[in-house]
Amino acid sequence: MANVHSWLIDDSPASRLQARLGRLYRICGALSRNPLAAVGAIIILVLILTAIFAPLIATHDPLKQDLAQRLLPPGSGNWMGTDELGRDIWSRVVYGARITLVIVVLVAVLAAPAGLIIGAISGYFGGWIDRVLMGVTDIFLSMPKLILALALVAALGPGIENAIIAIAITSWPGYARIARAETLTFKNAEFIAAIRLQGASSLRVILGHVLPLCTSSMIVRVTLDMAGIILTAAGLGFIGLGAQPPLPEWGAMIARGRSFILDQWWVATMPGFAIIIVSLGFCFLGDGLRDVLDPKSGEQR
Amino acid sequence: MGKALGLAFESETVADIAAKPVRRPGLHRSRGARLLLGLAGFIVSVLITFLGLLSITFFIGRVVPIDPVLAVVGDRAPRAVYEAARLQMGLDQPAPIQFIRYVGSVLSGDLGTSVSTGKLVLDDLKRVFPATLEMATLGIIIGVLLGVPMGVYAASRRGSLVDQVIRVIGLLGYAVPAFWLGLVGLAVFYARLKWVAGPGRLDIFYDGLVDPVTGIVLIDSLLAGETEIFVNALWHLVLPASVLGFFSLAYIARMTRSFMLDQLSQEYVTTARVKGVSERLVIWRHAFRPILVPLITVIGLSYAGLLEGSVMIETIFSWPGIGNYLTVALLNADMSAVLGATLVIGAVFIGINKISDVLYRVLDPRAR
Repeated sequence: MANVHSWLIDDSPASRLQARLGRLYRICGALSRNPLAAVGAIIILVLILTAIFAPLIATHDPLKQDLAQRLLPPGSGNWMGTDELGRDIWSRVVYGARITLVIVVLVAVLAAPAGLIIGAISGYFGGWIDRVLMGVTDIFLSMPKLILALALVAALGPGIENAIIAIAITSWPGYARIARAETLTFKNAEFIAAIRLQGASSLRVILGHVLPLCTSSMIVRVTLDMAGIILTAAGLGFIGLGAQPPLPEWGAMIARGRSFILDQWWVATMPGFAIIIVSLGFCFLGDGLRDVLDPKSGEQR
Repeated sequence: MGKALGLAFESETVADIAAKPVRRPGLHRSRGARLLLGLAGFIVSVLITFLGLLSITFFIGRVVPIDPVLAVVGDRAPRAVYEAARLQMGLDQPAPIQFIRYVGSVLSGDLGTSVSTGKLVLDDLKRVFPATLEMATLGIIIGVLLGVPMGVYAASRRGSLVDQVIRVIGLLGYAVPAFWLGLVGLAVFYARLKWVAGPGRLDIFYDGLVDPVTGIVLIDSLLAGETEIFVNALWHLVLPASVLGFFSLAYIARMTRSFMLDQLSQEYVTTARVKGVSERLVIWRHAFRPILVPLITVIGLSYAGLLEGSVMIETIFSWPGIGNYLTVALLNADMSAVLGATLVIGAVFIGINKISDVLYRVLDPRAR
C-alpha cells in the first residue's frame, strides 16, 4: 500500500500512465479533503450505481399498474407511496436515475466537444474566423436558454431525444467561450511554436496539443452546468415536451402529481427531492473540482 | 456574465479578461468622437444580436419542421389547398428571400395569427405581457431587498454558521426546479396554512371589474381607487412572486457575497480597520460602495432571468402571462404563437442584458 502511494506521488514518473494515475490520485486526495466536494462526489457515485443496478434496488416494477393500490401514502410496502395508477414511486424514482444520467451524459457528449472545437479553432486561427465564430457564439449566449430549448422542441416534436438535442444546442456556446480563452493563453507559447516548426499541420496542433490543455477547465464547467441541464430537462418533461409517458422521468412524474398536490403530496414532491439532491451533488462536485483543477479562476469566494 | 435561474457560473475567468485585446484609444480623436464611435459600435452589436435572434426563430419556424406547410394545413388537406398555402407562405422562394420577408413582416408587427386563440399574436402578447412584468418586477424587488443584505452579512461573517446557511441557499437556487417549488408553495401556504390566495390573478368575482389601463392589476386597481381589489391582487401575487424572488435572491446573495469578499481582502479595507474605523462603516462605506456597479449588472441579469423563469411559474399558478401563453401554444403546436412569444421574451432578455452592460460602462470609472 505504501509502495503504491509512493509510486503514485513520484515527482519524476517513469511513464505516461504513472503520471496520469498520479495526477488522478492527487485530485481525488484534494477532493476528499473538501467536505462539500466529497459529498457531491458521493451523490454522483450513488446516482451512477442506482442507474446501473436499478432492477436490484427497485422494489416494484416501475411500469406495473395496480389500481387497487393507487395513491397510497408512503409506508413500509411502498417507501414513497404510489401514484394515481398504483405504481410504486420509489421504484420509478430509481429507474428515473437512468433517464437523468442518459440525458446529462448525452448533452455533455454532444455539446462539450462541439464547443471545444469551435472555441479552439476560433482562438487558434484568430482574425475573421474568430470574429465570425465568436459572433455566432455571442448571439447564442445572449438568448434565454430555456425559451430557446422550448421553441426547438416544439419544432422538432416532443420526446426525450429531441429534448436532448435542444438542450445541447443551447449549451455549447459557453464551452466555446472557455475553449477560446484557454487557447489564447498558450497559443503563442514556445511548445506550440516548437511543434509547428517540426511541420505539424494546424489540425494536428489543435487536436493533439491545444484541446488536451483545455480539458480540465472544460470538465469543471461541464460539471457545474449539469444542474442546469437536469433542471431544463425536468422542465421540458414537466411541460410535457420531454420524456413521454410511461417513462419514469422525474419532471414528468412531478407533472402527473400536480393534480394531487393538495391531498396526496408525495406524488409530486418525491421526484422533486431526487432532482434537488442530484443537482446539488453536481454543484458541490463542480465547485470542488474548480478549486482543484482551475485554481486561478478565483475561489477566494 | 450569468443568468439567474439557470447557469450562473459563467463568471469571466482571468484568462478571459487577459485575452481581451488592449484598446489603444485614438490619440488624435477627441473625447466626443470616441464616445460617438463607442455608441455606434454598441448600436451595431445590438442590431446584430437582434438579427441573430430573428434568424434563430426563422430557422426554428421554417427549417426545423419537416414540412411547415403540413403544420398549417394538416396532413389531410387536398393537393390544391396545400399548394396554395405553400405559395402564400412564400415557401417557393429561396431561403434568403424568405428570411428578408420574415424580418420585414416582424418589423411591421406581423407575427401571424395564433391557431389556438384565433387572434393576432401581437395583440395576444400585448395583452399577456403586463401580467408577467408585474410578477417578475415584484420578484426582483424581493430578491434585491433580501439577497443583497444576506450576501453582505455572509461575507462579513465568513465561515460562520449563518454564512454556511446562506451559501447553501445560494446553491439551492441552482438545484431546485422552479415548478416544483411553486407546487410545494401552493400545497403549504395556500392549502395548509391559508396564508395566501390560490392560483390565478384575482378572485373570480373581482375579475374584469377594473379597466385595464396599464394591464398591471396592482396599478390599475389603485388608479380606479379600488383598494379591495388591490389587496386581493397582492394576495394572489405574493406567492408566485416570492417563488420567483427566491431564485433571484439566491443568485444575488451569492454574487454579493463573492464581490464583498473580494473587497474585504483589499488593502484599503485593512488600512481603514487599522485606523480604527468601526466595522459597520468599513463594510457599508468602504467595501459596499465599490461593488454597487457590478451589483447593478447582476440585478439586471437576474431580472432578465426572471422573465424567462416565469414560464414555469406561470404554468403552476395559472398566471395569465406570457409564460402561460407560451406553454399553451407549445402544447397545441401553435408555432406562430410559440415563435412570437420566443421573439418577445428573447428581445426583452437581450434588451435588459445590453442595458445593464451599458450601465456598467457608464457608471464604472475604470471602464469609461
